[in-house]
This record gives sequence, C-alpha cells and structure tokens, in this order.
Amino acid sequence: MAIMDRRRTWTLAAIGTMAGLFSGLFGVGGGTVIVPLLILWLGFGEREATGTSLAAIVIIAAVAAATQGGYGNVRVEEGLLVGIPAVGGVLAGTWLQQRVPPRSVSLLFAALLVVVAIDFLLP
Amino acid sequence: MTVTAILVGFCAGAMAGMLGIGGGALFVPGLVLVLGLAHVEAEATSLLAIVPVAIVGAWRQHRYGNLRLHDGLLIGVLAIPGAILGVVLVNALPERAVEVGFALLLLFVASQLVRGAVRSGPRPDPTAAAGRPAP
Repeated sequence: MAIMDRRRTWTLAAIGTMAGLFSGLFGVGGGTVIVPLLILWLGFGEREATGTSLAAIVIIAAVAAATQGGYGNVRVEEGLLVGIPAVGGVLAGTWLQQRVPPRSVSLLFAALLVVVAIDFLLP
Repeated sequence: MTVTAILVGFCAGAMAGMLGIGGGALFVPGLVLVLGLAHVEAEATSLLAIVPVAIVGAWRQHRYGNLRLHDGLLIGVLAIPGAILGVVLVNALPERAVEVGFALLLLFVASQLVRGAVRSGPRPDPTAAAGRPAP
C-alpha cells in the first residue's frame, strides 16, 4: 500500500513537472498536459480530471505569472480585459460540461490538442 | 477591438470550463492578434488572466463534485519548480525547437486519448442501468 502511494505521488510529481514547464514556456495553465495524463495514467474520469486540473492551474499560473512579473512582461490592464469576461465563460463551460457525455470531453480534448499542435508546427 | 477582446476572453473561459484548462491556448493568440502584445508579453499576461478563471472553475467543479482537491494541490505545488524554469527558459531561449518538440508530444497524447475513448467502447449510463431489463 505504501509502495502504491509512493508510486502515485511520483506520478503526480511527473505530471506537475511537465505541466509547470509547459505553463512557463507557453503562457498556458498546463491543463493540456494535466487532463489527459490524469485520465491515462491515474484512471480519472473526464470530469474529475478537468476539475482537479483547474485546482492545480490556480497555483501553477499564479507562480508563473509572478515570475513573468519579475521580468516586467505582465500587462495588467489587458489581462483584466480578457480575464474578467473569461470568468463568465468558465461558469458557462463548467455548467455545460455536466450536461454532455464524458467521452465527448475526451474527444473534444483530443481535437484541441491537434489544433494546438498544428499551431505550434506552423511557422 | 475591446469587444473582440471581451469575446475572446469569454470563449477562452468557456473552453477552460469544458476542458479543465486555463484558457491560455486562446488568451495568447488573442492578446497578440487583437491587442497587439509582443509574444512573451502575451504569454505573461495570459498567465495572469488564467488565475481568476482557474479559481472560479475549480470552485464550480468542487460544487459539482468533480474536484479531487488533494491531488490537484499536490500537482500544483510539485509543478512550481517546472513553472519557474519554464519562464526563465522562455525569456532566455529561441522558442522554435521547444515548440516543435511539444507539438509532437501533444499529437502523441491526442492519439492516446482517442485510442482510449474508442477501445473502452460505449460506456453504460449509470443512471439508465437501474431500469434496464434483464437479458
């Protein structure tokens, strides 16, 4: 049991490290890493994976934003201009998610990853 | 321009709520294309915008019973060194090689997700199971 727990903690650490790097490098929350890995490695259901990911993102994005702030790159006014309407969006998104089949979340997520990957690959 | 920015913000938030992400995949291009920020500024500003989105999203998912708080906080805390390293790297290095590497990783993860969803077949709806007649 203790071995299982330790293995699980290492898995969470691996997910966290990758998500943190991804977040810092690309200015995202890291959910594109966290959600699929919680599903694939730890057997989370889609909704649980997305909910748990958001909690991790609070810490990751706050730390990364503060570090970027140290470099003088954060533009607070523009951040609020997109961030405040996004709070309305996340209320709508979480509401909608409870009303669609979990597997559609997986497939929609896969589609998102492909779009983001193509965006990275294009010059 | 302001209206477009607000619209981009709302869409990023909706995507964040549906998919459990921060919304940065839309914030960053939105801040560059609509508000004219430089790429690294857009990334930094996106991170700031993500914080309230993730707080409200996590709170809603907690209310819906979909949040494993201990696991989420553990991932977040263990991610701190990586997040700081990522910011330092992006301020020091050209991004191209990293972008291509991550793109390939994302395509691999996407293929794993689709395989998982297809292999598991139609999942029984637990709410319908009670009324199902015996075979």
